[in-house]
Amino acid sequence: MVVTDFSTKILRSLAFCFFAVSSLLLAQGAYAAVLPEDRADILYHSFDGGGVTIHGPSILMRKQFKEKVSVWGNYYADYVTSASIDVVTSGASEYTEERIEQTVGIDYLQEKSIISVFYSTSVENDYDAETKGIAVSQDFFGDLTTISLSYVQGDDIVGNNTDPTFERFANRKRYSLGLSQILTKNWVIGLSAESVIDEGFLQNPYRSVRFLLPGGGAAARQNEDYPDTRNSDAYAIRSMYYLPWRAALRFEYRTYLDSWGIEADNAEIRYIQPWGQDWVLEAKYRYYTQDQAFFYSDLYPYQDYQTFLGRDKELSTFQDSAVSLGVSYNVNSHYLSAFEKVSVNLFVDYMQFSYDNFREATPANTAEFGVGNEPFYQYDANVIRFFVSFWY
Amino acid sequence: MSLNRIVILICTALLCGACSIQPWVKPYERENLADPIMAFEGHGVSTKYVNHVYEAREAGRGAEGSAGGGCGCN
Repeated sequence: MVVTDFSTKILRSLAFCFFAVSSLLLAQGAYAAVLPEDRADILYHSFDGGGVTIHGPSILMRKQFKEKVSVWGNYYADYVTSASIDVVTSGASEYTEERIEQTVGIDYLQEKSIISVFYSTSVENDYDAETKGIAVSQDFFGDLTTISLSYVQGDDIVGNNTDPTFERFANRKRYSLGLSQILTKNWVIGLSAESVIDEGFLQNPYRSVRFLLPGGGAAARQNEDYPDTRNSDAYAIRSMYYLPWRAALRFEYRTYLDSWGIEADNAEIRYIQPWGQDWVLEAKYRYYTQDQAFFYSDLYPYQDYQTFLGRDKELSTFQDSAVSLGVSYNVNSHYLSAFEKVSVNLFVDYMQFSYDNFREATPANTAEFGVGNEPFYQYDANVIRFFVSFWY
Repeated sequence: MSLNRIVILICTALLCGACSIQPWVKPYERENLADPIMAFEGHGVSTKYVNHVYEAREAGRGAEGSAGGGCGCN
């Protein structure tokens, strides 16, 4: 798509521009940037909605060495039990699976620049992913401005549990550019842009589409067939404002467009309020909306109706919203004196998904309402994040 | 305007800016900005997870930080 190719060229050109300016400023000498704090987080996460429960741990540890290098590692697991609408409508049984993701990374501080690299692997019984990336950030203008660039490459191997010989490949390249700008002593904004290029096997090997049989009274199924490439551009603006009574107001807006014709927008507002010395309360509302991919259909008129076929609800027209409440508590105990600070955190999100052209085509609904007249699908989900953070 | 001209203009603006613009918020005026509640994302491990929740269920992606690999979307 022309717009995405153009954006990628701009991002690549800006990358060269950025490195040139960075080199000049590094040669001049400058104020020091700061590496992330030494910190460990132990998190339990849970998603429950749409017939799917996913939970597991995530452990993130970070340690500085000689104030020049910061090394970090993350272990993340998903334990999945799924009887989702896709599983139910395909006639399959509830299944369980797990995904383990492990990531290591290094940040290197040089004057006002931080250079970061990371390597990540993700393993499922039918999907392996390897991701690596490099990022550079640089402070400008008396540290009022920070510009960052990153490149991430992912290489995936797609399997199929019902066919041991099935093996397909997909790769992904992500180019991103970010700018953080202090506007006043109470206000900072962030701008970011990212282009993603996918190539390879991009569909789900288990999912099928449905089409009408001759006569129109019944439907049959055939495999999905997606394009082999997908390019997308996303642009976001974020604002953080400090309120006079020591609170923070955060706003975010993102717009998205891809070569499959999907246009999406999301906005978020967040309020953060400390309470006393040790409590921080947080409330958030987020809204997301998207239009369908050009080849998506809930029900095709006949078999092989068009070149590309897809019935993934994530490619349909839909909206979702999330309300989130969070609380953090700084623990003061002599038993924890080995740490500079310890906090306990709980965040609970309530999400609602509402689909405009994806029908809940369960056998019972099809029998009751008829093919193509089933109710549109919708579901609620509860998302929990409980974690303990240690600074040392 | 060609792409090259746009890039040259941006580079020139940055280079000129780096030489001449003085910071209008002095370091001693950044106490509020340094407050932990003013971090765009104060808890990286939590943000990464939430971004993964969104990316697995929405077509929109990018410009939000890393979301990790894998699918986890069936």
